[in-house]
Order: sequence, then structure tokens, then C-alpha cells
Amino acid sequence: MKFLRDLLDRQAHHFEKGGRLERLYPLWEAQDTFLYTPGEVTREAPHVRDALDMKRLMVTVVIALGGCIAMALYNTGYQAHLAIAAGTAPLDTWQTGAMVAMGLSFDPADLWACLVHGALYFVPVLVVTFAVGGLWEVLFAMVRGHEINEGMLVTGMLFPLTLPATVPLWQVALGITFGIVVGKEIFGGTGMNVLNPALTGRAFLFFAYPAQLSGDAVWVAAQTGADGYSGATILARATESGLAGVTPGVEPWQAFIGLVPGSMGETSVLACLVGAAILVATGIGSWRIMVSVTVGTLLTALLLNTIGSVTNPFFEVTPLWHFLLGGWAFGTVYMATDPVSGPATLSGHYVYGFLIGFLVVLIRVVNPAYPEGMMLAILFMNLFAPLIDYAVVQSNVRRRSVRHAG
Amino acid sequence: MEQYIDLAVKAIFVENMALAFFLGMCSFLAVSKRVSTAVGLGAAVIFVLTVTVPLNNVVYNYALRPGALAWASPELADIDLSFLGFLTFIGTIAAMTQIVEMTLDRFVPKLYAALGIFLPLIAVNCAILGASLFMMERNYSLTESAVFGFGSGVGWALAIIALAGIRERLRYSNPPAGLRGLGLTFIIVGLMAIGFMAFAGVQL
Repeated sequence: MKFLRDLLDRQAHHFEKGGRLERLYPLWEAQDTFLYTPGEVTREAPHVRDALDMKRLMVTVVIALGGCIAMALYNTGYQAHLAIAAGTAPLDTWQTGAMVAMGLSFDPADLWACLVHGALYFVPVLVVTFAVGGLWEVLFAMVRGHEINEGMLVTGMLFPLTLPATVPLWQVALGITFGIVVGKEIFGGTGMNVLNPALTGRAFLFFAYPAQLSGDAVWVAAQTGADGYSGATILARATESGLAGVTPGVEPWQAFIGLVPGSMGETSVLACLVGAAILVATGIGSWRIMVSVTVGTLLTALLLNTIGSVTNPFFEVTPLWHFLLGGWAFGTVYMATDPVSGPATLSGHYVYGFLIGFLVVLIRVVNPAYPEGMMLAILFMNLFAPLIDYAVVQSNVRRRSVRHAG
Repeated sequence: MEQYIDLAVKAIFVENMALAFFLGMCSFLAVSKRVSTAVGLGAAVIFVLTVTVPLNNVVYNYALRPGALAWASPELADIDLSFLGFLTFIGTIAAMTQIVEMTLDRFVPKLYAALGIFLPLIAVNCAILGASLFMMERNYSLTESAVFGFGSGVGWALAIIALAGIRERLRYSNPPAGLRGLGLTFIIVGLMAIGFMAFAGVQL
């Protein structure tokens, strides 16, 4: 190890100010901090009053995502194999060819085959995300002279997990480009953006290419559209026929573990709970936001249950299903708690979380165009997070000026 | 009652004047630097819209639309003055704005000074005229136009206040030199419009 350190130190002068490769400094700095703990901790936004380095913060989030990544690998393959076992043709892609070439069966009970099949879909998306996203990050870092930031690591992990298995790779490249450049870099990089970069990229893709990012045929990596095997997400089925569309097809425990069709990494509530425990225990994710999202969802869903509706069967879907289905858990744990795009004040967290919970149910139920409401609810509240902070700070100022007036 | 709530929700979120139709952009971009000023302008816009849309509704239904003058005398029944729509709507709006301006000058001089030139400019704010024209096109009744005017105003105010919140926070950001100020604001408005698309297609 000493040898490697010496090697790095000997090369350092090329990259420092005045050296030959000065412009490449951010790249050099990035691999140096990747290999060794740097002597300096982050001094600027996103954190202003903590000694915790951003590297540790972001890496903890990536560790907390571990369960979701594992489920993304397994469930993507499992769902495809379920469909194939039910008589659906496999997709006509190189992944299928690779599976056949490796001599693996399309058997839903075969754990290893499911993992490999899932990896064949998930890993390329992940690689493209990091290659393209990393390229933009490095480019901006070199031109604008800021550090390459570990924020990219989290964005690059979250983004592929929110995509369906069959998404074309060029769309992945486009989406992460939009997320990193428009969602983050033009504001000055990590810590200065307004919207969550991963969600910005996801929303951009969602609105630009609805055929590949929504509907019934994209979630399972098999030819589900043609053969009568429904590859629709359960939320989409709930939009069609309410609770009746949910219960016969799936048991609550299946949705809890994540054995349902959906975006690659979002299906498992269990994995998200493990992630939530890690984030809360390390103090990185705000439990206030998670709890208030839960309360907001619960109350709104109960309210809509009580009101009921003749024309819209989604009204009868119970809070439990709202928690278990779609991206609710994933969004609550990893997206809503983003310290940059959420509010900074603690009492603001409650308002912010509650409104996300309120909106997600509302969008799911009254907007048949978007059966999945989590992404849009969080993005919408991102817009109002600065305002929530403003209101909290102003009310503080007012209270204190009253207290000290007399 | 339910239909009015529907109409208001639609005007605030689904068909937001600023972020779905991009109306009233000039003051939207120019007066959104501070939250306190944005709240003031937002309130003024809500007030002017709530008053002018029903007012214009009356003017349109009893003076301008084909056959509207029949109440005065049967000979006037085939007169169609709707080509005067733009002119009269603007007239009503300008008069209302003058009243708001004088009221603010008299009672809230601080806000009056902060809003500056943009208060008289409400008269030519496209969101205000736009709401009256939507009212005419969609044949709203008097109550409907009052609700619609109020809803549109609240939607516009909500959008400008949110934008002001974001722009106040942007003081801590570090955008490339060419994007500072209005450039970045334009992009943010675009991103806000993406956020508001959450409500596109809502069926109540």
C-alpha cells in the first residue's frame, strides 16, 4: 500500500496548479480520495454544520441501497421467468441469447438463473448511467473547477433502480444526462440543486418517452403484451378495477418482499425498510420525513376510503396497499429524504413529508394517467421545499421578536 | 357546489396560468426575486382576477355578445359587438388596476413601493386578460367566472411564490456565468412546469 501512496504523491505535481495536466485535477483528486481518505472534509453545501464528510454520507446511502439492488437483480429475472413459465415468449434480445448460451433455464424457482437474468438487464443500465453521468460530472468538474462529487454515486445508483427492465439504453443515457446537467450541474453541482437529480432525469424520460416508461408491457422482461399474460404493475390494475384488481393476483407478503412487477429496484418494501433502518440509525436520512410521509399517506387514503366513489374504483384501495405497492417505500426512504432538495428546517420536514404523502395518494387515485404518483409527488414538493423553509424561518423570527419586544 | 370546487382546483393546479399556459411571464420572471414581494403581487393578481373576470362576464353577456343588447330594446337584438371584446376587457382591467393601485398607495405604501412599476403593469399582464378570454370562450356563468378568476389568481400566485422561494435559495448556488439571473430562472420555470404536470389529466 505504501508503494501506491508514493506513486500517487510522485504524480501529484502534474495535476496541481501550474502542472502540465492541471485541467485533469478533478479526475486525479477523485481517484485519490477514492483510494485513500483525504485530509480534508467537505466544507461547503450541502452540509453546513456537521463534521461528517460528504463522502461518508453518500457512501452510507449507497450501502443502504444494497437490499434494493439485490432485489433488482433477483426480481427482474424472477418476473421474466414467471411470465415465461406461464407461456409467454422470451424477449428477442441479446440477454435471452446469453441465457441460452450459458445453458441457464428460464425457471422461476432457479435462484441463480433469476439473478443472472436480472443482472443481464440491470447491469448494462447501471453501467450506462455511470459512464454517461460520470462523463458529465467530470466534464463540468474540469471546466468549472469543482471536485468530482460522491453525490454522483447516489444519483447514479438511484436512477437505474427507478427504471423498468426493458428501457432502451440510449434513453438511460439521455435521462441521466438531463438529470445531471439540467437537474444539478447548471446550479453549480451537488448541494446547490433544487430538484432531486435522479428524479428529474426519471421524470424527463417519463414525459418524453411514455411508451417505454409507462403502460403495461414494459415492466416484465418478456413479451407480455402479445400473449395475454398481464405484465401490468399492480397499481395500474388498481386504476382499472380498484381493490378487485389488486387482491386476487397478489398477496400482501409478496408485495412486501417485492415479488411483483415494477421498476427494477422499487418493488421491495422489505429492502427499503432495511435501508431506512440504516439511514435513520446513522442519522443520514430524516426519520421526520419518513414518518410524516407515512402519516400523510395513511390519513389521505383513509379519507378517500371513507368518501368512496361510484366511478373511480381506486378510491377503495386501502392504506396498506398504498404502502406496499409501486415506488412508495423506495421514494419515501431514498428520494423524499434527500437533504438537498428537501427542506432544511426540522419542523419543515413534517410539513414536507405530510404533503408528499397526501399528494402521492391523490395523484394515484384521481389522476388515471399516472397510476404511480410517488415520483411526481416528490418532485412537486421539491418545488415548495424552499418556501416551507422560508415560512418556518419567518415564523421563528416573528416569535422571537415578539418574545424580546417587551 | 361540487362543480365549483372542481373548477377552482382545475384553475389552480391542472390549468395553472403560469405553468401550464405560460401566461403573465413578464411579471412572473421579474417580480420573483423575493418572497415578500411575490406574495404582494400574487395577492394583487388574485384580487384583480377575482373582480375583473365576473365583471367582464357581465359586460360580455349584457353588451357585447351577439344579441346581448336585446334587454335594452328589441331593435338592438341583432347587433353583435363581440369585436370590441379585447378593448372593453382591457378597459375594465385597467380601471380595476387603477383602483387597486390607489388603495395600496393609501393603505400599504410599503408594498406599493416594492411592487413599483409592476402594479400598473398588471393591467397588461396576459394572465389577467387570458382569464377573461377563457371565460368568454368557455361560456362561464357569472358564479363560474368568479370562481375561475379566483382560482386562476391563486394558481398564478402559488407559482410565483414558489418560484420566489426557489430563487431566494439560489443565492447559495453557483451557476455558470452565462446562466446567472434570468437564464437559470427560465430553466427553473421549465422544471416547475414538469412538476406541475403531476396534475395533467386529473379527473375529479
